[in-house]
Amino acid sequence: MFNWGMVIDLNKCTGCGACVSACRSENNIPNVGPEESRAARAIFWMDLLEVVEGEFPDVKVQYIPRPCFHCEKPPCTKVCPVRATYKNDEGLVAQIYHRCIGCRYCMVACPYSVKSFNWYEPERPPEFRQTCNPDVSLRMKGVVEKCTFCNHRLQKAKDRARFESVELQENDYQPACVEACPASAIIFGNFEDKKHAVYRLGKSNRAFKMQEDLGTEPKVIYLARED
Amino acid sequence: MAAEEFKNDPDYIIYKPIIEKGRGAYILGIVLVSVFLWTMYMYGTQLIRGLGITGLNSRISWGFYIVNFVFFIGISHAGTLISAILRLSKAEWRRPITRMAEVTTAIVLAIGGLHPIIDLGRPDRMLNIFFYGRLQSPLLWDVTAITCYFTASTVYLYLPMIPDIARMRDMGVRPHWLYSFLSWGWRGTPHQKKTLDRALSILMVLVIPIAISVHTVISFIFSMTLQPGWHSTIFGPYFVVGAIFSGIAALLVVMIIFRKVFHLEGYLKEVHFRYLSTLLLIMSFLWFYFTFSEYLTGIYGSEPNEMRTILYKFTGDYWPFFWGMVLCNFVIPVVILSFKKLKTIKGIFIASMAVIVGMWLERLNIIVPSLTIPRLNYTPQFYAPSLVEWALFLAGLTAFALAFLLFSKFFPIISVWEIKEGREEVMSVKERIDGYQPDTDIKREEK
Repeated sequence: MFNWGMVIDLNKCTGCGACVSACRSENNIPNVGPEESRAARAIFWMDLLEVVEGEFPDVKVQYIPRPCFHCEKPPCTKVCPVRATYKNDEGLVAQIYHRCIGCRYCMVACPYSVKSFNWYEPERPPEFRQTCNPDVSLRMKGVVEKCTFCNHRLQKAKDRARFESVELQENDYQPACVEACPASAIIFGNFEDKKHAVYRLGKSNRAFKMQEDLGTEPKVIYLARED
Repeated sequence: MAAEEFKNDPDYIIYKPIIEKGRGAYILGIVLVSVFLWTMYMYGTQLIRGLGITGLNSRISWGFYIVNFVFFIGISHAGTLISAILRLSKAEWRRPITRMAEVTTAIVLAIGGLHPIIDLGRPDRMLNIFFYGRLQSPLLWDVTAITCYFTASTVYLYLPMIPDIARMRDMGVRPHWLYSFLSWGWRGTPHQKKTLDRALSILMVLVIPIAISVHTVISFIFSMTLQPGWHSTIFGPYFVVGAIFSGIAALLVVMIIFRKVFHLEGYLKEVHFRYLSTLLLIMSFLWFYFTFSEYLTGIYGSEPNEMRTILYKFTGDYWPFFWGMVLCNFVIPVVILSFKKLKTIKGIFIASMAVIVGMWLERLNIIVPSLTIPRLNYTPQFYAPSLVEWALFLAGLTAFALAFLLFSKFFPIISVWEIKEGREEVMSVKERIDGYQPDTDIKREEK
């Protein structure tokens, strides 16, 4: 049994944004351009939330990496009229881009606002086309998309394990943001495995989940900053 | 020959706009059609380029289209509900207004029901709702309720029209094929009359729960989510009250306009406006009561997320819309309708227009601020609708005017047979009213 989840240590996070750019190139996330970005239409599967505390000159800025939380009880899948977003067998919240009718109800229902919408047909300059990741399907105009915990990597790891006739080891599968983090602030693994770091860190007294009182049971656990 | 006879009909003035189509109607029709075509061109650009040409963004992903959807469906509660309740309670003064109320419902419901489609990012995949529909989604409840309501209210509009259509067929009003087709061979036999009466009795009972369910379900779209400002149990009745409120106002506006244009002063008398505007006044207080309870609960509990949304509405970017709503929905109608001096036809018109504007603002205030201030700490973004969103709002309004114009040029806007029936039944009505009176001593002795 696998229960994939993520622990993000805010003590270690430097706010460098490597996770964001790794995510963008891994998942073929379209660039919408500066004008659209200013209109709050940029697409981020992994986003960096900026929390500013205090007033000048005594200011503290905290960056919080924010993937999709892949809730155990996702409010977004409940409201989808066509099952274009659903919880798959792995317990991850997935999207079916070719079924989505673009009503944006899931965006509205997500208390964490993690979903993004393709307002225009995504443009891919010729230079970028060569760098597209063939494992991730391209999205079209008018559909909702979001972080998948790099689900395609899980599929690949499973296939490889099957070909080699071995059990899937949990470190065979790591999302792009986890791999890219230079400070190892993001740890990914199986919450069911009591020997793994995610299990141990998840039980830490610094651990908290976003808006825990909503009862959505996110699978991303944050470790609070100590200072 | 038939036309001569027709002109001697005491209710000829109701048929007049159908027989004598003036130049004004054609000019108005052409203007409306051209405006409508322009708005459809704008919609075409949205279809081709994508929803990006609206003012929506990642946080505020529902805007004008959904606001107008809720608003138009709200207006549609005027008709059928009022007409059904008045018919059920045998209010005699209903006779000249039921038809107008029912037409308003049917037209506005068709317009409102199409709004979610223009809001879709992929309207080409709309049929997925039937192929892969999940009944757990409030949107599916909505589709079900609105289709049901549309069917019921169009049938409820059409059935009482049959005797009037048959009369026009008999009088040879052109286009003849239209009236002979639509009258379904109505000859006014006792059997037919009985069947119609039965069908109407069933429909008017049936249509009331359907109408209430429609707006309750629309409120569920919002209240089923966890968003601050939406997740509230009061939303169902709150939306229904608001819908009836805006519906009565729309009905009053329609009545005043047709009374003026078609010279129906002899049918739509002051008493109709007095009764309906009293109802409007009551609904205004009821609306205030619901709004007050909704916000007081939020403020008193002052849960931080809820409080941020409320403060954003009261003092943030949305303050003119919020306080404008209170002004239009409560202050103006209450002041105008409470004083006899101000409660003239003109005054009622102003109050009704204010309520329509106010209820539109209410829908805006419910939908947009909750999305502007989400739970996580994103920078608030102000939502300003783009030209295409305004154009499609205009499309809704012109479609309404156009449909009403067409209807009034082909069918009587007042139910003539019911008026005639009313005149004939004066005696039985008197008997019925006598039945309400407390028995006198003599009668008691007789028993």
